[in-house]
Amino acid sequence: MARTREQLAERAAKELQDGFYVNLGIGIPTLVANYIPAGMEVTLQSENGMLGMGPFPYDDEVDADLINAGKQTITEIPESSYFSSSDSFAMIRGGHINLSILGAMEVAENGDIANWMIPGKLVKGMGGAMDLVAGVKRVVVVMDHANKHGQSKVLKSCTLPLTGTGVVSRVITDLCVFDVKPDGAGLELIELADGVTLEEVASKTEATYSVSPNLA
Amino acid sequence: MRKIFPDANAALEGLTFDGMTVMSGGFGLCGIPEKLIAALRDSGAKGITVISNNAGVDGFGLGQLLETKQIAKMISSYVGENKEFERQYLAGELQLEFNPQGTLAERIRAGGAGIPAFFTATGVGTLVAEGKEVRNFGGRDYVMETGLVADLAIVKAWKADERGNLVFRKTARNFNPMMATAGKVTVVEVEEIVPVGSIDPDHIHTPGIYVDRIVKTVSEKRIEQRTVRQREAS
Repeated sequence: MARTREQLAERAAKELQDGFYVNLGIGIPTLVANYIPAGMEVTLQSENGMLGMGPFPYDDEVDADLINAGKQTITEIPESSYFSSSDSFAMIRGGHINLSILGAMEVAENGDIANWMIPGKLVKGMGGAMDLVAGVKRVVVVMDHANKHGQSKVLKSCTLPLTGTGVVSRVITDLCVFDVKPDGAGLELIELADGVTLEEVASKTEATYSVSPNLA
Repeated sequence: MRKIFPDANAALEGLTFDGMTVMSGGFGLCGIPEKLIAALRDSGAKGITVISNNAGVDGFGLGQLLETKQIAKMISSYVGENKEFERQYLAGELQLEFNPQGTLAERIRAGGAGIPAFFTATGVGTLVAEGKEVRNFGGRDYVMETGLVADLAIVKAWKADERGNLVFRKTARNFNPMMATAGKVTVVEVEEIVPVGSIDPDHIHTPGIYVDRIVKTVSEKRIEQRTVRQREAS
């Protein structure tokens, strides 16, 4: 059984560690905030200039001056701080953020990621994605295993314009989890979603990968 | 009091011209200088290069300047919220230079700080590095990006004192402080002008040296994605 969006977010939340500063991308990654384990100290960064993002506001708390990077209204919490965009990206580029969880259109077996542009369609822009993948210590991708045409999004090499090269550490899909091994050593399948078989992953994955001894 | 102007149109008087470069603060519609954008539209200046993280929405923010075709080129990181932008871009009426958001922020910061160029790992091996110098430091490749300055920076702050010392509010700060430093002339739109001495000097975000003109306005502060949660029933 492929994971649902909520199950993907729940699985991605296992990447969090106590004390981490984390940037969550738009879409499924945003939902990861709902699965931060109780008692774990995790500080969410929003690249438009905030650390310590609170939940969405109640209707009477909405403040036009307080939004996240997805332009949604949010709230502050006691540990929140605000800063400029250049300070925000100094934090990101300078390697001070522990973890970035983001979506992707394609990931390659060498850790390349493409998630900002489809040539021939209107290009909306990369926003902060290129800075995040280049600067954050650990980049975890959360995405569906296949695109809407049923084609594998885990590839030998990306076909779309890249967001970054060799930057992804782990890929969590609705079917399984791959680690990108360091120094171009390729992908390793380390986990299967409940009810998903090795054969199903093999038939739906274009990239080559090794299988962790724990699964074999 | 010589920095204070009575309205947004007066605040841009004598500063606008065809072919100029303008930096405009804000992230989405948060912290944009609404009334100064409208005044820039009213000035009739054409062929403007606008440096702004986003391009507004249809009919609001920088979207107003797109409707009147006063913008020749945008330097932005994300422009996905604007149909008129899409139409003009696809029709070849509008030039577009995408910068990664952090690179854009740093280019503006560098420009205002007198730094002509810098190296960043962001974008190495991607389209944004094409045609740019790449240099290796400590075993990693970095691409050279240049600093940005503008003929005019229009900025939104929460409060100013009469000398132009500024305080921003929450995430409406975003690109505004760097842009204030990178305009040959910087005009700031604020919600409140307070007497000198009423802001604690330790709490000033942008010192008045960067601010040439100030105007107090009432802004609409539109919200793009009003997202709320429900109170649990008691």
